[in-house]
Amino acid sequence: MSFDPGPASEFRTEVRDWLAAHLPAQPLPSVDTARGFAAHRAWERELAAVRLSVVSWPPAYGGRGASLLDWLVFEEEYYAAAAPARVGQNGLFLLAPTLFAHGTAEQRGRLLPPMARADEVWAQAWSEPDAGSDLAAIRATATRADGGWLLSGTKTWSTRAAFADRAFGLFRSDPGAERHRGLTYLLFDLRAGGVTVRPIRQLGGGIGFAEIFLDRVFVPDADVLGAPGEGWRIAMSTAGHERGLSLRSPGRFTAAAARLVELWRRAGDPADTALRDRVVDAWIGAQAYRRHTFDTAARLAGGGTLGAESSLGKVFWSELDVALHETALDLLGPLAEVDGLPGADGRWLDGYLFALAGPIYAGTNEIQRTVIAERLLGLPR
Amino acid sequence: MSSQRAGRSAEQDQFAASLHDMLAAADVPGAARRWASGDSSEGLALWHKLAGAGVTALAVPERWGGLAASSLDTVVACEELGHHALPGPVAESVAVVPGLIAALAGADISPVLSDALPRLAAGDLIATLALPPWLPYAPDADVAGLVLLAETGTTGRHVLWLAEPGARHRSVDRARSLFEVSGREALARGPAVADAIAQALRAGALASAAQLLGAGRALLAASVRHAGQRIQFGRPVGAFQAVKHHLADVAIRLEFARPLLDAAAIALAAGDRFAARDVSAAKVACTEAAGRAARAALQVHGAIGYTEEHDVHLWLMKVRALAGTWGSQAEHRARIMAELTAPEAPPWS
Repeated sequence: MSFDPGPASEFRTEVRDWLAAHLPAQPLPSVDTARGFAAHRAWERELAAVRLSVVSWPPAYGGRGASLLDWLVFEEEYYAAAAPARVGQNGLFLLAPTLFAHGTAEQRGRLLPPMARADEVWAQAWSEPDAGSDLAAIRATATRADGGWLLSGTKTWSTRAAFADRAFGLFRSDPGAERHRGLTYLLFDLRAGGVTVRPIRQLGGGIGFAEIFLDRVFVPDADVLGAPGEGWRIAMSTAGHERGLSLRSPGRFTAAAARLVELWRRAGDPADTALRDRVVDAWIGAQAYRRHTFDTAARLAGGGTLGAESSLGKVFWSELDVALHETALDLLGPLAEVDGLPGADGRWLDGYLFALAGPIYAGTNEIQRTVIAERLLGLPR
Repeated sequence: MSSQRAGRSAEQDQFAASLHDMLAAADVPGAARRWASGDSSEGLALWHKLAGAGVTALAVPERWGGLAASSLDTVVACEELGHHALPGPVAESVAVVPGLIAALAGADISPVLSDALPRLAAGDLIATLALPPWLPYAPDADVAGLVLLAETGTTGRHVLWLAEPGARHRSVDRARSLFEVSGREALARGPAVADAIAQALRAGALASAAQLLGAGRALLAASVRHAGQRIQFGRPVGAFQAVKHHLADVAIRLEFARPLLDAAAIALAAGDRFAARDVSAAKVACTEAAGRAARAALQVHGAIGYTEEHDVHLWLMKVRALAGTWGSQAEHRARIMAELTAPEAPPWS
C-alpha cells in the first residue's frame, strides 16, 4: 500500500489548471513591502473566491473539507506553479489549527472566514526581547479589566506584524506564577489604542517582522483563546503545527529540487561531481521529506497524533531548505549575488534569504535537537 | 521513536517483530564472534531458524517452493537481519540469487539453478555471488553451497557462471570473508542474463540498504543505552547537550531514510519506471544514515567502543563493509542524476 497521492487526480488537475489561468503575469512585489503586502492580500481573495485558500477547512469557514492528502496535493501544485507567498500564513497555519482545537464555536465563526479571505491577516507575537528560545521567560502582561484584559509589554520578531491587521500571542496573566504557568493566549488588534508597531528591516532588506509595544491595550474576554492560565499548553499545540506538517508542506522543497535539477541541466559542469552530488543529495532530501510527510499524513488520517516527532521534521526541512538554495547559488557562481536576476534564476537569492531564517524560527534547531534527544530518544535531562 | 511505517501492512510489522524477537532471544553477537574466529555453526543454525520463519523463501517463486513475496517483505526481513548484525551473505542469499535465478527461469534454465531454488527456499542452501565491478568478491563463499559469478562484459557479453572460490580476503567486518572466484561452468548467457543482472543490482542495493538502516537503528539504540548509563562528571554522559545533539542528528537521518527505503521497495515491486532511481536514493540515504550512526556510536561509547571486547564493533564494522557494497555512493548518485536529467524524466514525481 502506498500513500503517495499520485500524479493524477481531478482535484490536482483543477488546481493546476486554475493556477495556470490565474497566476499573476509578473511576480508580485515582495510580501514584506507595503505595496507587495496589498498585492498578496488581493491574490488571497482570488484564491478564496474559488475556495482554494483553505482547502482543508470545513466549507462553513471557506474551505472544501479536503483531506490531508488533498491538501498536500494542493501544496505541490501551488509551489510547482511558483505561485505567490501566502501572506496569511501565520493565521492559516498557526492560529487556525489552534482555533479548531481550542476555540469556541463563536470564535471560529467570527475569526476564520475573514482569515480565509485575507480580510484579516494575522501576525504571530510569541518572542520578546528576553524570551526567544526560552519562550517561557515571557514578561508581557495581561491584567484583568472590566470585560476583558489590558496587555502591556514588548513583543518582537513578530512575522508580518509591520503590515498585518491582528496578532496572537502569550501573556502573563498571573503575576505570581512562573515560567509555563499563569500564561494566557490572547488575540489583539494591531491598530488598537496603545499599540505601537516598529517595523524591523531584515538582512535581505525586506520588512518581514516588527517589534510591538503594548501599553494597556484592551482585549475583550471573547478574544481569549482557551481558558486563562492555559496559554502554554494551547500554544504548544500550535507550536507542534508550526514545526510539523502544517507550516512546511513538502511542495516547497520538491518544487525547489526540480528547479535545482533544471539549473544543473542548464548550467552545471558535468566534471564537477562534487557539486553534482550536492544537487543529488538535495533532491534525495526533498523526496525523503515528501515521502515522510505522506507517511505522517496517513498516520494522522488513521487517528494518530503528532507530538515531539515534529521536531525531527523541523530540523530536516530547515536544513534541507538552506542546502537546496545554497547549492543553487553555488551553481550560479558569480551571478548568485545579483539582486533581481531575470527569470527563474532570480528566485534563488530571495529563497536563500528566506531559508536562512528556518533553522532559527519556530524553535531553534538546537532546541529541537534537545527535544528529540530527551522526548524521543529518552536521554536524561 | 515512532516505528509505525505507513507503507507497511500489519502483517509486515508483525513479521518484523517476530524476526526481531527470534534474533533478540538468540545470542547473535556471540554467534558473530565465533563466526569471525572460524566457527560458523551457531550462525548457520540461526539461518536455519530464519528459514523456518520464511526468510529464505521470500524471493523464491511459488513453483519452486517459495513465498513469492514482495520486495517490501524482503526489505522488512533484511532490515531486521541488519538490525541484529546477522553474519552471512544476507543480501546475496536472501534477495539477489533467488531473484536472479527466478528472472532466468523463463528460459531454458540449467538444472544447477532450478534445483537450487527449492533448497534456497527451505534453507538447505546458502548462495552467494560475485558481480564485478560492483561486487568483485563473493562474500562468505565458504558457507555457501552455491557460488555464482555474474559477468558483465563491456561488449555486452553477459554470462552467469557456476563459480569456483579461490583466494580468501578478510573483510573489515571480521564475521565476513571475501572470495575471489573464477567461472567453472557457464549456466546462462545472452540478453536475458543482462536483464537478470540489472535486476540483481537493484535487489542487492535495496537489500543492503535495508541491512544498513537496520544496523543504524541498532547503533542508535546502543548509543542511547550507553549514554544513559555511563557516568562522568557525576552525571550520565547522555545528559550533556553535545552528546544529545550528536544522537538527535542520527535519529533525524534514520527517520528520513526510512520512507525512501520503503518507497523504493514498493516501486520495485510495482515495476515502476523510476524504481532504479528510487533504489539508488534509498541506498545513498541509508548508507549515509548508518554511517552517521556508526560514527556517533563510536564517539559516544568512547574507548570501549574502539575494542573487540564490546559488541558495538560488530555493527560498526558491518556498516563500513556494507557501505561500499552493491554500488558506491558515487555510483548511485551518478545514476540518480543521469535519470533525473534524462530527456523524458520529469524531475519530480
